[in-house]
Amino acid sequence: MSGENAGNEFFRLTVNGIDHDVRDAWVGESLLYVLRERLGLPGTKGACEQGECGSCTVLMDGEAVCACLVMAASAVDSEIVTVEGLSTDGEPTDVQNTFVAAGGVQCGFCTPGLIVAVHHLLDRTPNPTDLEIREAISGNICRCTGYGRIFEAVRLARDARLAGG
Amino acid sequence: MSTSTTTRRRGVLGTSALRPDGLPKVQGRFAFSSDAWADNMLWGATLRSPHPHARIVSIDTSGALAINGVSAVITADDVPGQLTYGLISNDQPVFARDVVRFAGEPVAAVAADHPETARRALAAITVVYEVLPALTRAEEALDTGTTPIHPDGNVIRRQRIVRGDQSFAGDVVVEGTYDIGMQDQAFLGLEAALALPDDDGSGVELFVATQWLHEDQKQIAACLGLPLDKVRLTLGGVGGAFGGREDISLQVHCCLLALATGRPIKMQYGREESFFGHIHRHPATIWMRHHADRDGTLRRVEARVLMDGGAYASTSSAVLINAVTHVQGPYRCENATVDGYAVRTNNPPCGAMRGFGVVQACFAHESQMDKLAAACGLDPVTIRLKNAMRTGDRLITGQVVESVAPVERCIRETAALPLPPELSEHPDALQLPGGSGRTARRNNVTRGIGWGVSIKNLMYSEGFDDYATARCRLANGVATLQFATAEVGQGFVVLAQQIARSVLGVDTVLLEPISTAIGSAGSTSASRQTWMSGGAVDGACRLVRERLFEQVAREHHIDPLRLTIDGIDVIDSAGDLRVSVEDASRGLVIDETFEHHHRATEELDENGQGNCHVAFAFVAHRAVVDVDTELGLVKVVQIATAQDVGRVLNPLAALGQVEGGIAQGLGLAVMEEIVLVDGKMRNPSFTDYLLPTALDAPEVVVSMIEEPEPQAPLGAKGIGEPPCISVTPAIVAAIRAATGKDLARVPVRPQDIVFG
Repeated sequence: MSGENAGNEFFRLTVNGIDHDVRDAWVGESLLYVLRERLGLPGTKGACEQGECGSCTVLMDGEAVCACLVMAASAVDSEIVTVEGLSTDGEPTDVQNTFVAAGGVQCGFCTPGLIVAVHHLLDRTPNPTDLEIREAISGNICRCTGYGRIFEAVRLARDARLAGG
Repeated sequence: MSTSTTTRRRGVLGTSALRPDGLPKVQGRFAFSSDAWADNMLWGATLRSPHPHARIVSIDTSGALAINGVSAVITADDVPGQLTYGLISNDQPVFARDVVRFAGEPVAAVAADHPETARRALAAITVVYEVLPALTRAEEALDTGTTPIHPDGNVIRRQRIVRGDQSFAGDVVVEGTYDIGMQDQAFLGLEAALALPDDDGSGVELFVATQWLHEDQKQIAACLGLPLDKVRLTLGGVGGAFGGREDISLQVHCCLLALATGRPIKMQYGREESFFGHIHRHPATIWMRHHADRDGTLRRVEARVLMDGGAYASTSSAVLINAVTHVQGPYRCENATVDGYAVRTNNPPCGAMRGFGVVQACFAHESQMDKLAAACGLDPVTIRLKNAMRTGDRLITGQVVESVAPVERCIRETAALPLPPELSEHPDALQLPGGSGRTARRNNVTRGIGWGVSIKNLMYSEGFDDYATARCRLANGVATLQFATAEVGQGFVVLAQQIARSVLGVDTVLLEPISTAIGSAGSTSASRQTWMSGGAVDGACRLVRERLFEQVAREHHIDPLRLTIDGIDVIDSAGDLRVSVEDASRGLVIDETFEHHHRATEELDENGQGNCHVAFAFVAHRAVVDVDTELGLVKVVQIATAQDVGRVLNPLAALGQVEGGIAQGLGLAVMEEIVLVDGKMRNPSFTDYLLPTALDAPEVVVSMIEEPEPQAPLGAKGIGEPPCISVTPAIVAAIRAATGKDLARVPVRPQDIVFG
């Protein structure tokens, strides 16, 4: 259907500050599929298709959403930010750095979604308690780490921001 | 202030060197197998049986082929080579031909221009089934009157262990029957692969997430009817494995479609299909009877182990051997009578998952040790200390434990770790059992403490030579490593760099793509890659260093045996020569390959006697839980653990393995189970198969016990599996302590606590 049998949908998505024309998409395609397969942004991962695991977390008008649950064509008027767009200069963000430094990354498949979720948390709640951190990322399943080093990564990023770093 | 010349360099062994794939992973730049993409590629998809047992009357693919955008539909008739595959016996069809043996078994595959086209094509294939009665109870599979559901029969393997006095009866006898549910590996990165056919159609290249490239290559090539060198594999980024990628899933289908269409084929499972597409942890029923003296000294273990292997053998026979050879736990015991069976049913196939048979045995033997403690009037720690195995003790297989065996120290150091504070009178709702559902009332919450201790074999057993290969090239102060070791998340890529830095005195260590272009590394499983591939990288680097020393020695007319590495320099230990490795290797290319083999093991004889295992690791866990006894809800508050690791090579990575394994053991204890009804999975999704979240993660306090293992190339034991083994019985014991309930199955469900 990407070729001669394709749907004739045409819409425009604003992702990481750039307008993308989406042509010939099937109307049933999720935002996750369009980001990954049509816009060349595979950083956002899919692991459950049900909004349970958080691997596909992106920001949509500043809110953390599961891209697997959003129809791409319904996201036309929104500002979408993916893991690739958290920094514009290619340098890692503070959260990305602390995830590496604290050992919050093993297989890394849940990581992009977690990075987006933690940015969302710290941007709105600069000084989260440990329980607030746990609750904020409880929609992001990690199967490798048991979460301990991820909590540490979030605390490091939080403390550095509070210290004005 | 004095300056130390022994300051450890960054990134060498013993430091928390940062993994080289860390930054790409956090930035979304790391290419997982599901991110692979090729021009002109098609999407592959698999049609699966809805029935656990049925005869295939007919398959009509014409409806699918008539759909625009569909390029190929293949069935068993299109398999050019061997029609079946398997890790130990070739008993699993690439596609079912005459009969399907589990709900979810592949019947056909399609290639289409869009995933949605592929889905429609699958729906347009007409398969007529004659549904047969399903054999879904393992006990029935043992009955000789039951019709075999496979030409290989219904008993995959039986193994007895008979040792010592077969009529010994202890002063104190306790027994119980324990059930372990079917757990899923639930790796986050779903099965995915990209197959690229050679231009002339004579071979195929596959990018795939797997645990063992060379084993995949062997099985795929046989099914494609191609020589090995016509099937080339490169590791696609792997999003976790935990045993679930040892078996073939979509590999053969993907390659067949690529060869049939002459175009690149991308296949990836969704979560539901993943539950059908890979094997699971064996459900087991284990009966045990422990005999002890009145003072709690363990004298005899009797056990019957029954494991449901599902429809195909996978690694069931090896999982069974692990279970039966570990029933005594980490305790001395001279008399044993064990009967073990792995059987075939029409349930989904089971195979490897982290802990590999020992998880099941451990839940039973640790539950028994608590019963024995109670019967002898001892506490759980005392009885375990009293019977703790030591180096030199014999297992019930007759094998002497030659490994470092600090069981007593594991228990004592765990006991010395601080307990968590009491639950406050007015806790946050998130701290209560039930969490944010606010379903627990503080007044109904009772705290319990429980213990679990385990022994786990390392590497493959029973005569298998699971060697590992690595290559090291040194030029101009830069080392380049090549190996086929599957990096599945565990961090071998950083360990390999650390080894090269330590051995060679280099800072820059490059890694070649992980592929079949070099010899096998064996599987990333059995807690074996630090030992085996670590040993191979270490060996290759040492060969390179010898060559470098010879070169320096020739130039300076000294004996190469006098040379050693100090930091980033080659120095003369008997003189004042000091030259940097970079300078010493300028203009040279030193290239060496090394294979590491562990010592030989033996098969078990008919009485289960023999030196079948290579080495062992030990761990203790103490669990603290809060239980709402009225609603049956459990909150695991804290896990304390002391683990026998040999030597910590990367503290951060080691801690990550321990914490991660504990979370998986917690899952088996109180949450995770594939629910089967008449052979059909009822919860193949992340909505219904519950995994531990950030709110379920307990506080973890850890003591790493470092007693270097003389057998291990780096002194380090594998650390991946032990964390998830005895944590499960420890949690259940804590729930028993809080509730007084018997709780003989895992996972423990709310109804087990309330009505059990």
